[in-house]
Amino acid sequence: MNKKVLIADDEPNIVISLEFLLRREGFDVLVAVDGEEALVKAREEKPDLILLDVMMPKMNGFDLCQALRADHDLDDMRILMLSAKGRETEVSKGLGLGADAYVTKPFSTKELVLQVRSLLGV
Amino acid sequence: MLNGPVIVVASLLYLGLLFAIAWWGDKRADQGRSVISSPTIYALSMAVYCTTWTFYGSVGRAAVSGIGFLPIYLGPTLVMALGWFLLLKMIRTAKANRITSIADFISSRYGKSLLLGGLVTVIAVVGIVPYIALQLKAVSGSVSLLLNYPEIVMPGRSTALPVFADMSFYIALILAAFTIVFGTRHLDATERHEGMVAAIALESVVKLLAFLAVGLYVTYGIYDGFADIFQYAADDDRLRRLSTAIPSGQGYTGWFSLTLLAGLAILFLPRQFQIAVVENVNESHLKRAAWLFPLYLLLINLFVLPIALGGLLHFSGQGVDADTFVLTLPMAHHQEGLALLVFIGGLSAATGMVIVETIALSTMVCNDLVMPALIHLRGAALAEASDLSRLLLRIRRGAILVILLLGYLYFRLAGEAYALVAIGLISFAAVAQFAPAMIGGMYWRGGTRGGALAGLSAGSLVWAYTLLLPSFAKSGWLATDFLTQGPFGFNLLRPQQLFGLDGLDEISHCLFWSFFANIGAYVAVSIMRSPTAAEASQARLFVDALKYARPVGAALWRGLAKVSDLTALVGRFLGPQRAESAFADYAKRHGQVAIDALEADAELVHFAESLLAGTIGSASARVMVASVAKEEPLSASEVMNILDEASQLRSYSRELERKSRELEAATRDLKSANERLQELDRVKDDIMSSVTHELRTPLTSIRAFTEMLRDDPKMRLAERERFLGLVVSESDRLARLINQTLDLAKIESGNADWRGSALDLKEVIEQSVASTSQLFNEKGARVELDLQSGLPSILADRDRLIQVMLNLLSNAVKFLPLNAGRVCVSLRAGAQGLEVGVADNGPGIRVQDQQVIFEKFRQVGDSLTNKPAGTGLGLPISRRIIEHFGGRLWVDSVPGEGATFRFFLPFAPDNGV
Repeated sequence: MNKKVLIADDEPNIVISLEFLLRREGFDVLVAVDGEEALVKAREEKPDLILLDVMMPKMNGFDLCQALRADHDLDDMRILMLSAKGRETEVSKGLGLGADAYVTKPFSTKELVLQVRSLLGV
Repeated sequence: MLNGPVIVVASLLYLGLLFAIAWWGDKRADQGRSVISSPTIYALSMAVYCTTWTFYGSVGRAAVSGIGFLPIYLGPTLVMALGWFLLLKMIRTAKANRITSIADFISSRYGKSLLLGGLVTVIAVVGIVPYIALQLKAVSGSVSLLLNYPEIVMPGRSTALPVFADMSFYIALILAAFTIVFGTRHLDATERHEGMVAAIALESVVKLLAFLAVGLYVTYGIYDGFADIFQYAADDDRLRRLSTAIPSGQGYTGWFSLTLLAGLAILFLPRQFQIAVVENVNESHLKRAAWLFPLYLLLINLFVLPIALGGLLHFSGQGVDADTFVLTLPMAHHQEGLALLVFIGGLSAATGMVIVETIALSTMVCNDLVMPALIHLRGAALAEASDLSRLLLRIRRGAILVILLLGYLYFRLAGEAYALVAIGLISFAAVAQFAPAMIGGMYWRGGTRGGALAGLSAGSLVWAYTLLLPSFAKSGWLATDFLTQGPFGFNLLRPQQLFGLDGLDEISHCLFWSFFANIGAYVAVSIMRSPTAAEASQARLFVDALKYARPVGAALWRGLAKVSDLTALVGRFLGPQRAESAFADYAKRHGQVAIDALEADAELVHFAESLLAGTIGSASARVMVASVAKEEPLSASEVMNILDEASQLRSYSRELERKSRELEAATRDLKSANERLQELDRVKDDIMSSVTHELRTPLTSIRAFTEMLRDDPKMRLAERERFLGLVVSESDRLARLINQTLDLAKIESGNADWRGSALDLKEVIEQSVASTSQLFNEKGARVELDLQSGLPSILADRDRLIQVMLNLLSNAVKFLPLNAGRVCVSLRAGAQGLEVGVADNGPGIRVQDQQVIFEKFRQVGDSLTNKPAGTGLGLPISRRIIEHFGGRLWVDSVPGEGATFRFFLPFAPDNGV
């Protein structure tokens, strides 16, 4: 069965590119365009991995990450934070809140794919 | 039981008790366990102010003038409550300079002048003599009243008797003897008498209790409380006026003079100076005295009016002197015990006053009158004499006896003509003459010895002429012609209407002319020449007394001396043992084991001088020390140099203080500037972070799409074209973002290139609408124009205004509903300028967002679907442009009903574009 990936980002063109990239790798892709929608979808669909943008309306990536890690139904889900904010403090904040990896934008598509694969163990 | 032996035994027992307490107090002091180191004792001992004048005389005064007795207590109350800082300065100055009397104080202040000290002493002795006479009169009067018990017989004219048959004479002798054993048993360098202070404090308690006892007895024993007595008085025609505020005949001038006089007396009476300044062991005691002493005065005055009224009611028409009511009322009601208590209270008041006053005066006579004369007459021979302390004691004892006999003499001469209070006031007016030289000396550097001499002489001469001589005349010892017609018939020189000054009571009259002469002469002579070196250096010690923690007297001495000479000299006056221990103490303080190891430097010489000053006065001490220490005279210019250095130091320190204040202020400014900078830095950081975020976002898409295109050559053509299109639009976005960021930075830094020209706003709007018509068409929206024509032109930058209009229009388009959008652009003229509105029928903007949208990079959008395309800089830039031309840009919006962006531009921008 295909691994399920949820993309949470409010930037349409980035969503388009990520969606294309991950589908090509053979994952099932879901999209959420703000933090609250992402939380709802994560709970409903229980994806194997979530790609999480930090700057999102309604609920930012950090808060969402915290909420997801507090939900023990989702313990198996991997979280990959994706942000244009690349300062040290933000990276360690993301990892401290329970993200499994933190990738700064702009990213190399190859490396992102590798990162996603290794997190999903495929 | 009230007979001669009982009275004598009671008196002697009481005096014995006082003596025992004094002896005990001195013994404790020698053991270093002071009994008077209590602020309460200090405050109580200050009540030596209340003499028989208060004890008997207040009632007498009240019987004549109602509350006219009060100013005598109001003055001290005001001084203690409001003028304590004067007393504090006196205490500190006196301690720092080992000053032992008021004569010493004044002489020391004006360059340790022998002449001045002598003059002050003479004035004090002459001035105080009537006051002592008053005590004799009161005590002898009370004794003779008691002896006639149960009859009430007014004391006869004792002056009719020969001296040796006059009881007052013996009372004077007994008081002298008592004072001598009390106050001059030994010499002390600080001239302090701890035992005496303890005894005086007790006396204050005794006289207060005695007076309160009579008061309570009269008010609640004979009558039925205050209300009862005053009711009786109100029913009596003669007494009614006593209960009114200020009885006629005693004007406000009189009240003022008496209050002033009493206020000065509490500071400058020799006995008050002795108790409040010399005997003060701790200046913090002043704090309690500032309220406790006024409270004492209040208590001792509480029953004065009831007793006076009770006496007048009871003895109406019987010829009983009101000064005796305190005693005769209990006698008339056969209260023997109470009468005896009252007698003891009166005796207490008298002995307290006499002891302290004569001790203070004898110190002055010895130190400032006799010693200087001896030194002058016998000079160096005195310094050779082996032990002078016995001589000093003998001088003081003699002085005490002489002063009391002088008091008796005055009593014989003038005592009968005056009531107690009137006699006391003569003394008050005399000591008030010290005020200009004292107060001026403590606060004015310019006061000189000559000024003080002139002021004191002039003031006291006027006092003697206008108050003392008339008191003799009224007693019949001088012809009264000169009172009524003036000396030699010069009408203008009548002593109590001097220069025709009429209509004042004699005290106010004397006070006016004596102060006029005193202050006038003091100031006039002082300013005639600048102070000498000695005066200036002493002025510094006195005027700046509160500034220096330590005495700095040694600064102005240079010379050679031998330690052995100094110890021997001090030993001659203090006795070898005391001198030895004083010098040993000094050596220990300076880290030396023995006196021999000391160096005879300026400080040691100063120390020796101050030890002597305590015993023989500062002026005499100066002379004596000079006889053994070869003082190299400092020339005036050298002294001025030293003083200059001191004043330069002072001004440097002031300068330093000012600098440090400035530094503090600068530090404060820097701190707040730094805080502002940090805040700005944080803002800049946020903006940088926002900018990088905004730049990275399109870059992320561009990189992702191009990598995908590169890595996947087999991508379908449609997909490929779509991605390439996105790359192009994201590149556009990036370019626009960079341009706008730079544009905003330029505007904010003030480097923007503004062009100003008169332009027609209507035309600008029309052009902007025309160039965005494509956008509206794409969205199927309608644009309505509502533009007033024929409006005045506006001075602004045409391209910038088009930039604003395009921004507003394209913002509006983004939020319009598809195919139902409507935008209305309006232009109106107001009184001050033009207003443009761009109204849309989009979703509107929530109130909380209406400010946010004008901040950089703050787009308001909810989700992917309605996230506005744009940089988040359009509105901030537009607002800055409008503000640059003196206008405002804002938004009105009700959510759900669209938004209207408006800007206003004034006809005449005030920034001079």
